[in-house]
Amino acid sequence: MKLTLKIWRQARGAQQGKLVDYEVDGVSEDMSFLEMLDLLNEELTVKGEEPVAFDSDCREGICGMCGVVINGTPHGRGNSPVPTTTCQLHMRSFSDGDTITIEPWKAEPFPVVKDLVVDRTAFDRIIQAGGFISVNTGSAPDAHSVPAPKLKADIAFDNATCIGCGACVAACPNASAMLFTSAKVTHLANLPQGQPERYLRVKNMVGQHDAEGFGNCSNIGECAAVCPKGIPLESISQLNRDLISSLFRKDGFKG
Amino acid sequence: MPDEIKTTAATGAPVATSVPASDADYYTIGEEINDAKANTDLPIAEVWPDRQFHAKLVNPANRRKMTIVIVGTGLAGAAAAASLGEAGYNVLNFCYQDSPRRAHSIAAQGGINAAKNYKNDNDSTFRLFYDTVKGGDYRARETNVYRLAAVSANIIDQCVAQGVPFAREYGGLLDTRSFGGVQVQRTFYARGQTGQQLLIGAYQALERQIAAGTVKMYPRHEMLEVIVKDGKARGIVARDMVTGEVTPHTGDAVVLATGGYGNVFFLSTNAMGCNVTATWRAHRKGAYFGNPCFTQIHPTCIPVHGENQSKLTLMSESLRNDGRIWVPKKVEDCDKDPRQIPEEDRDYYLERIYPSFGNLVPRDIASRQAKNMCDEGRGVGPMVKETDEDGNTRQVRRGVYLDFSDAISRLGKGGVEAKYGNLFDMYKQITSDDPYEVPMRIYPAVHYTMGGVWVDYDLQTTIPGLFVAGEANFSDHGANRLGASALMQGLADGYFVLPNTINDYLADNHPGQLPDDDPAVAEAVSTTNERIQKLLSIKGSRTVDSFHKELGNIMWEYCGMARSEEGLKKAIGLIRELREEFWRDVNVLGEAEDLNQTLERAGRVVDFFELGELMCIDALHRRESCGGHFRVEHQTEEGEALRHDDEFTYVAAWEWAGEGAKPVLHKEPLVYKAIELKQRSYK
Ligand SMILES: Cc1cc2nc3c(=O)[nH]c(=O)nc-3n(C[C@H](O)[C@H](O)[C@H](O)COP(=O)(O)OP(=O)(O)OC[C@H]3O[C@@H](n4cnc5c(N)ncnc54)[C@H](O)[C@@H]3O)c2cc1C
Ligand code: FES
Repeated sequence: MKLTLKIWRQARGAQQGKLVDYEVDGVSEDMSFLEMLDLLNEELTVKGEEPVAFDSDCREGICGMCGVVINGTPHGRGNSPVPTTTCQLHMRSFSDGDTITIEPWKAEPFPVVKDLVVDRTAFDRIIQAGGFISVNTGSAPDAHSVPAPKLKADIAFDNATCIGCGACVAACPNASAMLFTSAKVTHLANLPQGQPERYLRVKNMVGQHDAEGFGNCSNIGECAAVCPKGIPLESISQLNRDLISSLFRKDGFKG
Repeated sequence: MPDEIKTTAATGAPVATSVPASDADYYTIGEEINDAKANTDLPIAEVWPDRQFHAKLVNPANRRKMTIVIVGTGLAGAAAAASLGEAGYNVLNFCYQDSPRRAHSIAAQGGINAAKNYKNDNDSTFRLFYDTVKGGDYRARETNVYRLAAVSANIIDQCVAQGVPFAREYGGLLDTRSFGGVQVQRTFYARGQTGQQLLIGAYQALERQIAAGTVKMYPRHEMLEVIVKDGKARGIVARDMVTGEVTPHTGDAVVLATGGYGNVFFLSTNAMGCNVTATWRAHRKGAYFGNPCFTQIHPTCIPVHGENQSKLTLMSESLRNDGRIWVPKKVEDCDKDPRQIPEEDRDYYLERIYPSFGNLVPRDIASRQAKNMCDEGRGVGPMVKETDEDGNTRQVRRGVYLDFSDAISRLGKGGVEAKYGNLFDMYKQITSDDPYEVPMRIYPAVHYTMGGVWVDYDLQTTIPGLFVAGEANFSDHGANRLGASALMQGLADGYFVLPNTINDYLADNHPGQLPDDDPAVAEAVSTTNERIQKLLSIKGSRTVDSFHKELGNIMWEYCGMARSEEGLKKAIGLIRELREEFWRDVNVLGEAEDLNQTLERAGRVVDFFELGELMCIDALHRRESCGGHFRVEHQTEEGEALRHDDEFTYVAAWEWAGEGAKPVLHKEPLVYKAIELKQRSYK
C-alpha cells in the first residue's frame, strides 16, 4: 500500500506544532500501525530527516505506553472493527491510497513532550492520592483467610484491566479522566481488602483528578467507546455512588 | 590459516569468516568463584532462616539516612522499591518508560507458581524446589531455588492483600491450574493477564511510598553507567530522556532490576525497550556475568510475517493443553489449505516422538522439533526470506499448525471459547485468520534469558554494594525456565529477599551520597557524555535498526535454537565485523539535549554487540546440551540433548577483561546436596 500521512510535528518545549505531510510506500497489510511508522522513520533517517517521536513498548496491547489519535479517534478506533490499542491496530484496516492524520493525545493535563509523545504523569499522581491498599510487605494474612465473592471479584477484575493509556481523556470533550479514576475505584471497592479505605480513597482520588486539571464527566460516553479494554460507563456510576456516600460517612473524612 | 573473505548479504561489506580455532583464542580461565553467604552445611530448609538471622540489621532511625538507588520498576524493582521504602530507607527509583506501571513484567500472561497446596494434591515447598531444579537441567544453585520455593507462598498472600484480582472459584477462594507440564495445580492466575495484575499491585504499593515521600521516582530516565568508588558501587549515571541531561545519582547501595536481554535477537516477545545496558555497564565495571548463553525460546508464538516486523507475540502456553501440533507429511502439501489435508497425511510429530508427554513436552524440546520440521521443508505459512550460512538468501516456511479441531469437536466451540477466547481473538486480530476455522500457525521465538549478572545468595554481585534482582540476575532458573516461575522470582527477590539481605551490607557501609565533583562521579559522567557524543558524531549511512536486525539474524542463526562449534566461531567473527562497521557507519540524527529515540536505541545496540559476542563465547565453551542451550555435537542417537554433568555442573561467571581483551571464565561449581542429579527424560 501507498499512503499519505499527515503527522503532528512539534519540537520539544514548543507551544505550537503543525501537521506535516509524508508519503510512505510498501506498507503491507500485516504490519501494525506502529511498524508502519517504523518504516517511515527508517526512510526519514536515510534521507537525513529526524524521525517522528512516538511512544510504545510492549506492542501487544497491554503496557498502555502507545497511543495516538488516528483520523480523529484515539487508537484509531474509528478505523478498527474491534476495540484496540494503537500497537494492535493493523494496516489491513486501511486501503491503498488512504490519507491518514496522526496526532498526539490532546488534553491540557497531558502536555505534548515532542511530536506524538505526551506527558501522562498526572495519572500516576491520581494513583498516589489513594489508588492502593495500605498493606506493608510481609504483613499479609494467608490469602484464603478472606474469601471474595466471585461475582464481585469478576467486577473488580474487569476494572483492573485498565492499562492507563489515556485514550479516555483524549476522547472526552471535557478532557475528563473519570473513566480511568473510576476503574481503579471500582476495582478496589469490589474487594474485601479494599473496604477499609474505600470512602477516603474515592474522595482523595477525585480531588487529585480535579487538581490536575481534568474536566468533569458529563456522561457523553466517548471514553468508554474508545477504551481498548472495555471499561464500562457503569464504573463511573459506581465512583459517583461511592463519592456521594463518602460525604455522609465518618470514614470519608481525612483526620 | 588465511582469512577467507565473504560478504554479508545486507551490506556487501567484507567479512572475515575464518576465526582462530582454539578456545584459548577466545577466553582465559580464572579462579573458581563461590557463594559464601549460604551455609550449605545446614539442611536445605534451614539455610534461609539462618541467613536471615545472621544478616546484620540496620536500626529504623539509621535507615532514613541511607539512600538506595534502584533501577527498574518491573516486578523485581517495584517490589523492592516499595518494600525498602516502607522499611524506612530513602529510595531513588528509575525506569525508562513514562510510568513505572509499564515495565515489561506487565506482559506476562500465564501465571505464577506458589507452593500453597490449596488443591491438596501433594504439593510442597520441596516439590516446587525439586521441579524447578530439574526443569533447569541442574544448572541452577540449589540454595537459591529452595528459598524461592519457600517464599512463594508469601507472595500470593502479599498480592491478595494488595487487591490483585486472581481468579476465584464460586466459594470465593483462589483458583489454580497446572502449567508447563507440571503434575500439580500450583499456578495462580488472573485470566491471561497475570503479569499485568501483579505489576499493578506492586506499582500501587510503590505509588503509595512515592506519596509518603520514601521513594523518589524518576520515569523516562535511562541508566547508562554505574559509579564505582574504592571498589564499591555508589550510584548510577542516568540520562533524562526528555531533556537529554546526564546526571549522577548516588547513595549507599545500588540495585539493578532491569530485566532480560532477549532483544539482542532483535525479534523476541520482549517489549521494544528491553535492553542489557544497565547490567552490561555493571559488567564492564567488574560485575561477573553468569551463563549468558542460556536463552529460552518459547514454542508458541505467532510466526514472523515479514521483513518489517518489530516484535513477536506470544500465545499462551496453555494452548498446548488442548491444541494438537502437526505439519504435513509431504512437502508438496505445505501450501495447501490445512483443512484439505487428510488425517493420514498429517504428522503429529510431538505425539509421535514423545508418546507420553505429547504436545506438553517442555519448551526447549517443543521449540527444537518445530525448527527441525521447518528445516526439513515441512513448515507451513508464508515463505520468509532468510540468509543462510554462506550469506545466500533462501525462502523457508517458518510455522507449524496448532490445531483445535479435535478440541472443538470434543468441547464444542463454546467450550473452547470459554477457555481460550481472548487468545483466539488476539490471534485473529494479528493475523486476520480465524482459529476456530483454520488451525493457528505458531513458531518458536526468543522469550526469556536465564543468564544474567552473577550474584551470591544475598543477590550481591562481585562489586560490593551492587545488587541485582529479577530476570537481570542469573540465579534461579538454570539452563531452562519452567512456566510461571519468572514472576515468582521477580517478586520473591523484590519483596522478600533483598529487604532481608541488603541490610547486611548497609550495616557496615553507609558512606552516604557522593558530591558531583568526586572523581569517580565525574569520570562516570564524562565517559557517558563521550559515548553519546561519539554516537552522534559518526553520521554514517546506515540506520541503527538495520544494525540491530543484522546482529539479531546472526544471533538467531548461530546462537539460537541450535549451536555448533563452527557456527559459533563464525558468529563471533561476524559480530566483530559488524560492530566495527557500526562505529564507522551508523547514522544517529538529532541532538543529545532532546528527546531522541534513535540515540536511545543506538546506545542499547552498542551494548548488545558486546553481549552477543560473550553469549557466543559462552555457548562455545559449554560443550554439552542442556535446557535452552543445544549443541548439535552433543545429542543422543535420538536427537535429544546430552548433558555432561561430570564436566559442566557449574555456573560460568564471566569477567570483563577490558576492551578488545579476552574475557575471563570463573567457574562456580554447583553442589547438589538436597537433590540427586538425574537426566531429564520426556519420552
Ligand atoms: C510475553 C511474555 C509472557 C510472559 N509470561 C510469563 C508467565 O506467564 N509467567 C512467568 O512467570 N513469567 C512470564 N514471563 C517472564 C516474566 O514476565 C519476566 O521474566 C519478568 O516479568 C521480568 O521482571 P523484572 O522485574 O526482572 O524485569 P522487567 O519487568 O523487564 O522490568 C525491567 C525494568 O527495568 C527498567 N530498565 C531496564 N533498563 C533500564 C535502564 N538502562 N535504565 C532505567 N531503567 C531501565 C525498565 O524500565 C523496567 O522498569 C513472560 C514474559 C513475556 C515477554
Ligand atoms: S505498546 Fe504497549 S499497549 Fe501499545
